[in-house]
Amino acid sequence: MDLNFTPEEATFRDEVRAFLKAELPGELSDKVLSGHTLSKEDMERWHAILNGRGWLASTWPTEFGGTGWSPVEKHIFEEECCLAGAPRIVPFGLHMLGPVLIRFGSKAQKAHYLPRILDGSDWWCQGYSEPGAGSDLASLRTSAVRDGDHYVINGQKTWTTLGQHANRIFCLVRTSKEGKPQEGISFLLVDLDTPGIEMRPIRLLEGGYEVNEVFFTDVRVPVENLVGEENLGWTIAKFLLTHERTNIAGVGFSVQAFEQLKALATQQRRNGKRLIDNPLFAARLSEVEIDLEAMKITNLRMLADAQKNGRPGPESSMLKIKGTTIRQALNDLARRALGPAAAPFPSEALEGNLAIAPAGHTRNAARYFNNRKLSIFGGSNEIQRNILSKTMLEL
Amino acid sequence: MQFEMSEERRLLADTLNRYLSENYGWETRAATAYDPPYHSPKKWADLAELGIFHALAPEAEGGFGGAGFDVTTVFEALGRALCPEPMLPALMAARLLLAADASIDGLLSGEMRYAVAVGEADAPYGIEGLATEARQEGGTWLLRGRKSVVYGAQAAERILVAAQAGAGLGVFEVKAVDVEVAGYGLIDGGGAGEVLLDDTPATLLIGDADAALQDALDFGALALCAEAVGVLDHMFETTLDYLKTRKQFGRSIGSFQALQHRMVDLKTEIEQARSITILAASRMGTDQQSRSVSMAKNLIGRTVKLTAEEAVQMHGGIAMTWEYPLSHYAKRAVMIDHQLGDTDYHLEQVMAAYRAA
Repeated sequence: MDLNFTPEEATFRDEVRAFLKAELPGELSDKVLSGHTLSKEDMERWHAILNGRGWLASTWPTEFGGTGWSPVEKHIFEEECCLAGAPRIVPFGLHMLGPVLIRFGSKAQKAHYLPRILDGSDWWCQGYSEPGAGSDLASLRTSAVRDGDHYVINGQKTWTTLGQHANRIFCLVRTSKEGKPQEGISFLLVDLDTPGIEMRPIRLLEGGYEVNEVFFTDVRVPVENLVGEENLGWTIAKFLLTHERTNIAGVGFSVQAFEQLKALATQQRRNGKRLIDNPLFAARLSEVEIDLEAMKITNLRMLADAQKNGRPGPESSMLKIKGTTIRQALNDLARRALGPAAAPFPSEALEGNLAIAPAGHTRNAARYFNNRKLSIFGGSNEIQRNILSKTMLEL
Repeated sequence: MQFEMSEERRLLADTLNRYLSENYGWETRAATAYDPPYHSPKKWADLAELGIFHALAPEAEGGFGGAGFDVTTVFEALGRALCPEPMLPALMAARLLLAADASIDGLLSGEMRYAVAVGEADAPYGIEGLATEARQEGGTWLLRGRKSVVYGAQAAERILVAAQAGAGLGVFEVKAVDVEVAGYGLIDGGGAGEVLLDDTPATLLIGDADAALQDALDFGALALCAEAVGVLDHMFETTLDYLKTRKQFGRSIGSFQALQHRMVDLKTEIEQARSITILAASRMGTDQQSRSVSMAKNLIGRTVKLTAEEAVQMHGGIAMTWEYPLSHYAKRAVMIDHQLGDTDYHLEQVMAAYRAA
């Protein structure tokens, strides 16, 4: 048993840290750490900086311009990025479609699309969920019917994250109604400029705008935009589910949020005393710290397995459940710590002289409400439990 | 033993529920709660005309209620409709004005809107450690300090302020025109403001006001508990309905045992929350008033968080959207724990009796 990283891994961590210190713009990390919405330009700027260093495609092999990192190196990179307040890499092109094309795409698709993801020419979004197909994704109904050299798409996708910035969307569509629902699904690449596509914003409960509905009416897509074989899209969807699991525990986010919370509790006063000296609040804080320390090790144990076996096992669903629960608990405490000052609707007017919450914390309640999504998206925590009871416990 | 509502209170509840469902439906609420002045002066006047304010004051003072159960009847209905009108400050102001032996006619008629300014950034809950000061100059009281997140302050004509006045806390009345109020909307709807007192002229209403302030805070917390019960009932019913109608994997999601058990647990917790609120309401005006209210506000705080989070989780993405009313109920539920003492604050009040034992 040795909980330490190898000397090479430690050197790599130093290298990442030095890079972030030198290259991560302060205005970006300020926005990230205070929970502000990043603009499209902010995200593109950070992608370009990483691409300049060759560190943008952390899940791709080197031959396609990726880093070729091991699971442990990826983990170190992601953790350091979180701690520094780096913007999250927009996952749809880099962590999702990229690996899919590398595994299932044609030569021509790889040659055309992969460089465009790296240099920012394309911004991809995801067309998976539908109003009637959420947890039960395989029941999706958006149809693609072959017509000569084209597929004609009709239907509706929803929860399309950052679709407002995208120029392309990858979709799961129904190409056959024969057999089991999983057997008639295909994976299609669609240019969002194609006639017949309408994107409508969905406003979230805290007031933010990050997801969309996408409507398809007789949208004609060339057949060469099919990835892999027709009716075998579910294989790709399942493959993607394991790739979506990069950084699934979000340890770095939690460590960073915990440090911010501890600092806040030291700053806040409750009737003459520091909040951190309040035994009830300190007890809540300590419990999350303990959970987090345990999860760091659980995460490393699974990382070591992934390093050995080449990919994460089904146990990573435990990390998703625990990781999101801990992040939500930290968001909950960051909201509570503000007391009544958590209540104002976040606005720029309340961040200057009239600041009611301490700087960097004006959006704590908004972040708490917004992050309820963590246990819903990417396979809800209920679905994760189904996966675990089936695959891990064989029940 | 009798847990039925009295005939009068049933009438009051029916009147208010009917008014709110006919005149303060979802679209009206959505259009009112998030834009200045964060409430509807027209609806406020309607509520006054219906006599709702009279339910907050005893008969001897011109009202027809004022007891714990009158307060819970009104606020449960407001919670169920997620009504953003600043009724809470009106209730608390009524308690203070009565303690001061001052007129509440303007309050009862709805013509005078009050805010009650107690909490400060470093002393958000309760009356301990307040820093705002009152001093006398040439026979006039002047107030200095900042009151933070004062509910309804953005719409009030009068603000009742707790301030240190030499020997102890006093309650002062300030005219809104004499003071700077920086108003803003709230994440769960409705409005509040920062009250910036800068040698602001004031009238002394109550000297040595600890007991009167505690009483107003108790009534306010009881009202929030009742509002929460209305919010909880709505969230539960909406979620139950969704579980019966939403289909995934070819069946209603309510047919999954994993969700059934969670719904049963929620229902049990909500009934517990209702019970503790009934208990607190029954003890208003007794020597157990404050401790019972703290017990209720603590259990309510735990229940609103659990229910809001579970209701959203069991719905899935739809409950994360602004368009879906439940999301606003969930926000209100959670934010009730940020008003007049959170779960931990009230737990400390309950614990305090052990130290005295």
